[in-house]
Amino acid sequence: MLFFSYFKELVGKEVTVELKNDLAIRGTLHSVDQYLNIKLENTRVVDQDKYPHMLSVRNCFIRGSVVRYVLLPQDGVDIDILHDATRREARGG
Amino acid sequence: MSWAGPDEIFLSTSLAGFLDKKLIVLLRDGRKLLGTLCSFDQFANVVLQGACERVIVGELYCDVPLGLYVIRGENVVLIGELVWFWIEQDREKDELPAHMTCVSEAEIRKAEKAEREARDLKGSMRKRMEFLDFD
Repeated sequence: MLFFSYFKELVGKEVTVELKNDLAIRGTLHSVDQYLNIKLENTRVVDQDKYPHMLSVRNCFIRGSVVRYVLLPQDGVDIDILHDATRREARGG
Repeated sequence: MSWAGPDEIFLSTSLAGFLDKKLIVLLRDGRKLLGTLCSFDQFANVVLQGACERVIVGELYCDVPLGLYVIRGENVVLIGELVWFWIEQDREKDELPAHMTCVSEAEIRKAEKAEREARDLKGSMRKRMEFLDFD
């Protein structure tokens, strides 16, 4: 559940989600669940011209299984805390 | 499994906040379905009422009516809430780029066919030119 907890800390921050079909969406992280499904608010598609059908989408739900990666804000990660959490998780605590 | 209470709906990833709203569902094969959300579950299986497929070819588009659809969750990529605005008294429409025109199903199928043929031709021409070894 490490990454679930990690993403929960990022709620309210601006992230870019790139999907396995190459669609990249930027928006405010609204919520995340245990499958790493993501809800974004105030979304805009990075390559708008290529995806005209996404023009009127402001809020969206993204299925966790189709996410390729999530680009985080510069200050989105405190490496030391993440290190500690990773070790704790690896120990099974 | 517990159901989210009314307060939690809007804070969680649950699709409950999308119930009865007009949505666009992107599928893994690239299709775009529009409809009103009736039901869903934890796998993102969804039921769309009054579903239609939005076929886009270049600057033409068409909404092909389908009916009531149950979509298996594994095929769902993204579910977006559509912002609708009124264009006339009883008609509403979601926003598409101004240069795009709505055409009939027959026309969009013709455009699809033309696009497919152009792509096939390009592919076969490339194949015939392969002996030139572009690299």
